[in-house]
Amino acid sequence: MNEAIALIALAASLTAAVARWRRAPDWAVAVAAAVVVVIVGALSLHGARTALGRLGPTVGFLAALLVLADGCRRAGVFDALGALMAFGSRRRPRRLMGVVFLAAATTTAVLSLDATIVLLTPIVFATAARLPTSPRPHVYACSHLANSASLLLPVSNLTNLLAFTACGVSFTRFAALMALPWLVAIAIEWVVLSRVFADDLRQAAEPAPAGEDATRPHLPAFALTVVALTLVGFGISSIVGVAPVWFAAAGAVALTLRRPPDSVGALVSAAEPTFLVFVLALGVVVTAAGVNGLSSVVDSVTPHGSSLLALLGVAAVSAVLANLVNNLPATLIIVAVVSASAPAGVLAMLIGVNVGPNLTYVGSLATLLWRRIVHAHDEDVDLGEFLKLGALTVPATLVAATAGLWLALQVF
Amino acid sequence: MRALIWITESSWQACVDQARALVPADADVTLLHVAASDVEYLAGHPGPGRLGRRRPPPPKGPSVREIGEAEAQALLERARTRLGRAAQLSARRGRIEREVLEAAEDCDLLVLARDGEPRREPKSVGHYARFVVDHAGCPVLLVWSEPPPGLDQMHWPPHLRRDT
Repeated sequence: MNEAIALIALAASLTAAVARWRRAPDWAVAVAAAVVVVIVGALSLHGARTALGRLGPTVGFLAALLVLADGCRRAGVFDALGALMAFGSRRRPRRLMGVVFLAAATTTAVLSLDATIVLLTPIVFATAARLPTSPRPHVYACSHLANSASLLLPVSNLTNLLAFTACGVSFTRFAALMALPWLVAIAIEWVVLSRVFADDLRQAAEPAPAGEDATRPHLPAFALTVVALTLVGFGISSIVGVAPVWFAAAGAVALTLRRPPDSVGALVSAAEPTFLVFVLALGVVVTAAGVNGLSSVVDSVTPHGSSLLALLGVAAVSAVLANLVNNLPATLIIVAVVSASAPAGVLAMLIGVNVGPNLTYVGSLATLLWRRIVHAHDEDVDLGEFLKLGALTVPATLVAATAGLWLALQVF
Repeated sequence: MRALIWITESSWQACVDQARALVPADADVTLLHVAASDVEYLAGHPGPGRLGRRRPPPPKGPSVREIGEAEAQALLERARTRLGRAAQLSARRGRIEREVLEAAEDCDLLVLARDGEPRREPKSVGHYARFVVDHAGCPVLLVWSEPPPGLDQMHWPPHLRRDT
């Protein structure tokens, strides 16, 4: 009985997150689901407290990162990046793709995939359209790199943050182990995207229209210095014995004080409080589903150990689960299972849940619901291209990046 | 005679230049640009891939859709200036091949540029132009976006090669 209730609670939370009902927002559904699993006894109150205590610092870290990225936006970092990309492209589409790759991979690694999707991609679209050149390769590059370039740092993806503690490694060791998989993933994206979009990228350079001078754009020095210092702080966190979250918070405070948002409400909404509540509640619901049988099911299909074959198996299972139920719950479910073989197993799982979502855009169950929502809004959108790109990049990236991780584990 | 000139960002100059030379002077000309809705969608909607996140904070500037529309209009107007004659402008958005075919349905001539490899081979027509050429109901004028290499540089299939 408890098994069924926990699974229904999980399904309800995920459905609400995808469907985005106005009357039943996802965070409210997830909180209600979390309360229900505790009331019916699918999870003890102590178990719920433990889950919340484990997730609390991660959610605080996420809030600081979201505020930091929003501070960068207010300081004009992304507009400056757009100008820099236009300047660096010298009006050639292939060069533009090169600088878009640099910008998207760096933004994702440093400021997380959310910054790339929400803040950088619209800028990239505008930059390409104004050149003018087909925005297609550049927008798809951002969209893909937001996932596949989120391997490098614990702050690059919420999945990394959720699994960071279970990894049991320092910030710098995490980066050292994931550097090769990250580079391999970006290289595969470059090879595939520049081939698939070769027609869009073939275009003679057009002289700049009169009145547009090609001067190097001005960069917001303060914000970039704060981000750089925050990164340095992450790097030395284990040496000085201060948790990385405090450096993220300091960076967020510095940017907020230097250029305060319009209102306190704007500051609060930059931290996406409803999303933070959703993550906490989802954590409780997934824990309930885990202790009621889901963990043992996942455990039985997940390989153990640190051999290359085992790591490939973990990455594959994680990628499949991320596509079935979305990468956030997939991480929460698998991390408990693979933490026994940390850090190798946890990092292989992260390759799966981070790269995997490029396969079906939103996860296959979500795609079903989402198609209905898109059609309801009368949008004639064909994501066949996305699926095709996913089929070309994801399997190759999973294998090559996991092999890179295995190699890095032998060295570091 | 109604002539439709389909321009894209990568080949609009060549397309307009050759249409100016080849389309009859008395033709009723329309310039067409199609914005791909999947690209606008990916750029403007985070999508439910970001589980549980709100929609992005409303940006101060114009939306992706507005930027796309403004740039399409600007490109069409530059094309009309280059064409140097009266022409209607049509900016559509959706799936590219379908929009072009629907726009060409009542036309007597469709002008478009090759969008593939700059060589004399099947790949010189990319997949959008290929679909449009294959399915258009009217005569099609398929122009090169840059001067093609000579016949001597063409890769002949074995059965067509001259014995030397």
